[in-house]
Amino acid sequence: MKKLVLIGNGMAGIRTIEEIIKREPEQYEITIFGSEPYPNYNRILLSLVLQGDSKVDDIVLNDYDWYKNYGIVLHSGDEVTKVDTENQLVYSSEGKEVPYDKLIFATGSNPFMLPIDGADKEGVIAFRDIKDCETMISTSKSYKKAAVIGGGLLGLEAARGLLNLDMEVDVIHIQDYLMERQLDEPAADMLKKELEDQGMNFLMGKETVKIRGKNRVSSLLFKDGSSIKADLIVMAIGIKPNIALAKEAGLEVERAIVVDDYMQTSAPNVYAVGECVQHRGMVYGLVAPLYEQGKVLAEHITSQTPEQTAGYEGTLLYTQLKVSGVDVFSAGEFVDKEDTKAIRVHDEFEGIYKKVVVRDNKVIGSVLFGDTSDSPRLLDMMKSEQDISEMNKVSILPSEQERGTGESPVVAMAESETICGCNGVCKGDITDAVKTKELSSVQEVTQVTNAGRSCGGCKPLVSDLLEHTLGEEFNKADQKQPMCGCTDHTHEEVQAEIKEKHLTLVREVMNVLEWENKEGCSSCRPAINYYINMVHPLEAEDDANSRFINERVHANIQNDGTFSVVPRMYGGVTNPDELRKIANVADKYNVKMVKVTGGQRLDLLGVNKEDLPGMWEELGMPSGHAYGKAVRTVKTCVGQDFCRFGTQDSIQMGIDIEKKFQGVQTPHKVKMGVSACPRNCAESMIKDIGIVGLQGAWEMYVGGNGGIDLRQGELLCTVETDQEVLDMISAYMQYYRESARYLERTSHWIERLGLEHVKAVVVDDKKRQAELIERMETTLSTFNEPWEQIIQDGKIKQDYYEVKVTS
Amino acid sequence: MEKTARKVDAGPVEDFTVKIGKEVLIGDLKLAVFRLAEDEFHTIKNECPHKKGPLTEGMISGEHVFCPLHNWKIDITDGQVEEPDEGCVQTFKTEIIDNNVYITV
Repeated sequence: MKKLVLIGNGMAGIRTIEEIIKREPEQYEITIFGSEPYPNYNRILLSLVLQGDSKVDDIVLNDYDWYKNYGIVLHSGDEVTKVDTENQLVYSSEGKEVPYDKLIFATGSNPFMLPIDGADKEGVIAFRDIKDCETMISTSKSYKKAAVIGGGLLGLEAARGLLNLDMEVDVIHIQDYLMERQLDEPAADMLKKELEDQGMNFLMGKETVKIRGKNRVSSLLFKDGSSIKADLIVMAIGIKPNIALAKEAGLEVERAIVVDDYMQTSAPNVYAVGECVQHRGMVYGLVAPLYEQGKVLAEHITSQTPEQTAGYEGTLLYTQLKVSGVDVFSAGEFVDKEDTKAIRVHDEFEGIYKKVVVRDNKVIGSVLFGDTSDSPRLLDMMKSEQDISEMNKVSILPSEQERGTGESPVVAMAESETICGCNGVCKGDITDAVKTKELSSVQEVTQVTNAGRSCGGCKPLVSDLLEHTLGEEFNKADQKQPMCGCTDHTHEEVQAEIKEKHLTLVREVMNVLEWENKEGCSSCRPAINYYINMVHPLEAEDDANSRFINERVHANIQNDGTFSVVPRMYGGVTNPDELRKIANVADKYNVKMVKVTGGQRLDLLGVNKEDLPGMWEELGMPSGHAYGKAVRTVKTCVGQDFCRFGTQDSIQMGIDIEKKFQGVQTPHKVKMGVSACPRNCAESMIKDIGIVGLQGAWEMYVGGNGGIDLRQGELLCTVETDQEVLDMISAYMQYYRESARYLERTSHWIERLGLEHVKAVVVDDKKRQAELIERMETTLSTFNEPWEQIIQDGKIKQDYYEVKVTS
Repeated sequence: MEKTARKVDAGPVEDFTVKIGKEVLIGDLKLAVFRLAEDEFHTIKNECPHKKGPLTEGMISGEHVFCPLHNWKIDITDGQVEEPDEGCVQTFKTEIIDNNVYITV
C-alpha cells in the first residue's frame, strides 16, 4: 500500500481524506499530524461552544473511532517540523520520521495578531481554536470587561459569546461599518443596531495602537488618543495562511502555497488544500471552496488516469451565516458601482434588507439581511449567468405575500440548486439520498450527504425538503417543541400518556409526567384539561380552575371586566318572540350595547358577572358558546325557500349541523357556514368547515379562515345527502379534535398534516371514518347545555358568580 | 374619612372555593380573595396594574394568578408582578378567626 501523509488535522484536510476513502478505501496507508490535541472538529461552530450552546464533543466531526475504523494513524498534539521533499520524508516535533508517497499540506491559517506594543501581554488572545474558547470561558469567571478588536464575522461571534459569558463587551472596528467584506452600509447599520440591542458596545473608526497593562492587559489606547479599559482582548482582525513549514521545505509560496488546478505544489507528490493554498491568485477562507478543492484532489490522487480528472477552477464566493441570531447572506460583487444597477427591498418594520446587484442584465452580487430565503435562487442566477432583461425585476425579490402559500422555498427549487453551500450539496443529492437510503431525520441526511454538517445554516431548508420529500412519513421528533415552559413534553406526548396511562385529572397528568413547574401555568393547564376531556369523554373530571374565565363562567370577558352574552340562534334564524325577550332582558339589565356578530347572532354587551345566571334564566335560550374553544356558529344564507338562486335548503342544513354539534369542545374555535349555491353568501370558503350547495349535492370545504392568517378553504369531498354531510363533519371534526394541538386552528392543522393526508383518513378510509364518527357520537352524548345547568345549580352560582358585599 | 385600619368580616370560610378567586366589595373597595388551600387565604386589590383586569377571574397556578385580560402573572402572596412585566398590587392582611375570614383594610 502507498503511504499518504496529511499535515493538518482540520476541516479541509480531513474532508480530503474522507473523499479519498470514499473512492479508494484500500489505496493508501494514511498518517495524519495535527497540532491540536483533538480529533477533527467543526471550527465554524466554535462560537456555539463559546456561547454555551454546545460542548466540544458536540462539534467533533470525526471522532477517534473514525480514525481507527479506517486504519488511520493520528498523531494529535504533534506537529510536523520538517519536510524533506527529495527523500519524501516528514519529521515531527516528537521525533517521528515518516516516509510518504503522497504528501498533503492542510496547515490552514493562523489568526493575524496586530503587531502593536503590548500584544504579548497576558489576556490578549485570538479566536481560532478550542484553547481560545477555554481561555475566554475561564477569564469570564474572574474578569468583567472584554474588548474585541475587529468588527468582522469572527469578531462579532466572539463578542456574542463573551456577552453570553456575562462580560461587558466593546467591539472596536477600524472601518466605519461592520462586516464590510460581506455587507453594504445599510445592512451593516441594521446589524449594528440589532447587536447594540443585544448589549454590544461599538467603537467605530478606531485604530488600536497600544495595549497597556503590567503583566496582564488593563487598557487599550487608540490613535486618536482616547482609551478604554479591558481585562481581556480578543483579536479577530483576520487570518494569515500558515505557510512557514512549506516555505522551509522549499515549496513555491506567495501569499500562500501556490498550487495548480490539481492542488499540486511545486514539489513532486506534494499537494495542498485549504486556507494555506493560493489558487489562480485567490486564497479562500470559507469552507465551501476548501471542500471543493478536497474533492478535486481526492479524485486526482485516487484515479488511474489522474491527468484526465477535472481540475479545480475556483469558486464563486458567497457566505450564508447567522450572526447572533440574524440571517445574513452575501455573494459576489454587492457594492454599487457606476456600471451596476440594483434592486432593493428595505423593510424597517420586519428588519429585512435585500439587495441584488445587476450588471449587463446579469445578477453579479447580492446582500440579504434578516431573510435569506431567496439565496439559493439568486446564487443559481449568478452561477448560470442568467439573462434577466426579459424578467419582471420585481419578481427577482418576491415578497412573502406574493409567494403566497407559505410554501417553503425548497419546493420551487430546481434539483440542481444548492442547498448546503458549505458542502456543495444540491437539492437532487438530498432527495435521492432520502429516497434510496430511507432517511427520516435531518441528522441522517447530514450523516449521509454532509448537508448541514458545517455552518448548519441550511438545516431549516433540509428539514423542509425532508418533509416535502417524505410527505406524511416525515418524523418531526427531532424538531420537538415542548408544550410550554413547565415541561419538556410535547402536546403529542402528553396526549399519548393521557391515553396510555388512563389519566383523568389535570393534576395527575402534571404529577405523572413530572412537570418542572408543579402547578402548571395558564398555557398548559387548559391544554391538558382539553386533552383529558377529549380522550376520556365519559370519565374525565373537568377542572374549572384549568379553564380560562370565559369557559368557566360561559360568557366572554370584556376589557372593563364585564361580560357579553350571546344566546344560541340555530342557523342564525330568530323570531319575534325571541327578539322581544332579548329586548326585555337588555332593558332590565342595562345592557350597554346590542350588536349583531360576524356569525349572525345577537351579542348583549356590558353585563355584570353576577347578573349572568339571572339573564339566562329570563332569556330561556341556550348558550351560543361564543366564548369557547368549541363549535361556535353555523352561518347560513337564505337558501332555496326564498332565494332565486338557491339550490339547497341551506338554513335547515345549518340548523341541523348546529343542533348536532353545538358546544363540542375543540382545540380551538370552529366556525361553520352553509351556502345554498356557489355565490357563497354565508362565506363558506373562509370557515373552518364550509358547506356549499349544488344541484343535488353538497361540497364540503375545510381549513378556511377569515382571521389573522386569511386562508381559503379547500374541497374535502362532495356528497349527496344531508346525512352524509353530518357524517363527514363528524369524522373530520373528530380527527381534528384528536390530532390537532390545543389552540391550533383547523387552517394551521391542515397545513401541518396536509389535505391529502386528512382526506385519506376521513374520506377514503371507511373503517377509520366509522370509528371517528362513533367517538364523536360518544362525545356528543355527554353534552349538557351549560346555562341551564348553572341556573339549576345554586352552588355553582354562589361559587363562580356571586360577589360578596360587606361594609 | 376613615384612615385607621380595621378588620372586616368577609364571611365564613365555606363561602370561598379553593383555587377560585372571590370578589369582596367593602364600600367602594374591590378586593380579590384567594383561598389557596383549606386554611390559606390571601387578599389583594381586584385590579391588575396593567389594564385593571379583574384578578378574581384569573387562572390560579400555585401562588400566582394570571390576569384574564392579558395574562400578566401576579404573586398572590405579595402582590408582585412577575417579569418581564412590572408592577405591584396592593395586599391586605387576611386571617381566619372562628371560621370566619377577616380582612384588614
